[in-house]
Amino acid sequence: MKQFEPLTRKKDSQAARYLIVDDSVFARKSLAKMVESFGGQVVGEAGDGCTAITEYARTTPDIVLMDITMPQMEGIEAVERIVQEHPDARIVMVSSVGYQDNILAALQKGARHFVQKPVKPDALYEIIRYVLNDDGVAAPVHAGGEKDR
Amino acid sequence: MRMDLIQPFIGSLDAVLAEMMKTSPRIVDLTMEEEGYRRKGLAASVSFKGEIQGRVILDMDPQAATQVATYLAGDEVDSSQPIVREAVCELANMVIGNAVTQLNDRGFQFKVFPPAVLTEEQCEAAGHDSEATILCFETPAGNVHLNISMQYHRRRSRERSPVAVG
Repeated sequence: MKQFEPLTRKKDSQAARYLIVDDSVFARKSLAKMVESFGGQVVGEAGDGCTAITEYARTTPDIVLMDITMPQMEGIEAVERIVQEHPDARIVMVSSVGYQDNILAALQKGARHFVQKPVKPDALYEIIRYVLNDDGVAAPVHAGGEKDR
Repeated sequence: MRMDLIQPFIGSLDAVLAEMMKTSPRIVDLTMEEEGYRRKGLAASVSFKGEIQGRVILDMDPQAATQVATYLAGDEVDSSQPIVREAVCELANMVIGNAVTQLNDRGFQFKVFPPAVLTEEQCEAAGHDSEATILCFETPAGNVHLNISMQYHRRRSRERSPVAVG
């Protein structure tokens, strides 16, 4: 796999730490390889939204890569619950289902970005670079468009 | 079955396989089936509910599935490894998810469920529920089948809008 210039945390230039959430073991493995090629460290994995919430609290990652369609608890609900507890969470949605309603719902709940599967490493790299450097604190957006700040 | 609902699945499979197998698959057969579906290789199914309801089975020759698994894993994968089934599941998720995205953007509302690997018995049982359209795509690594069964429940909202008369 192509190696990229390492993406580091802005605050201390250390390797970015990732939590990967997807019900497919294969997708998690594939994303983990990409993340490693970006110089990142995978600190946790989860196969559903419930586990993602506990893994987030345990690992406090810099970036979460979150699938949408999962058993038990879907990605969008997990985003809402993580951002409620950790308003500075940086979550990137990674899903094959990329219709506008889904993207909007995820962003309204506090996700920072969206990538559609199949994921191209170059595209994911650019998005993570953007999200790591984005200091804006995520906050749920109400239907009217106003953020809770 | 309406061809305009099937077209996104064809386009999506074409695009995803072009990325993963570096080839453009060619449709070599199209059949309708009302009886049980006999699995050809490794199969996974994704179901959806809403204005359009149904399920799509992605069924791949083992060699084609192994090639996709190798692409997704980024390493050489042996055809006997369980990860090949998982790759078919993930491919089904991508192909069907991308197609469903196109349909949703055209105004159809529905919810998609996670993919599941299908055994031979489950495949046959799945074929009994309703009429299915089966498309066979040829790739250099073997054939890929899409078995599409769906029912259209409601007209789209703009088609339901009252029509001024007189």
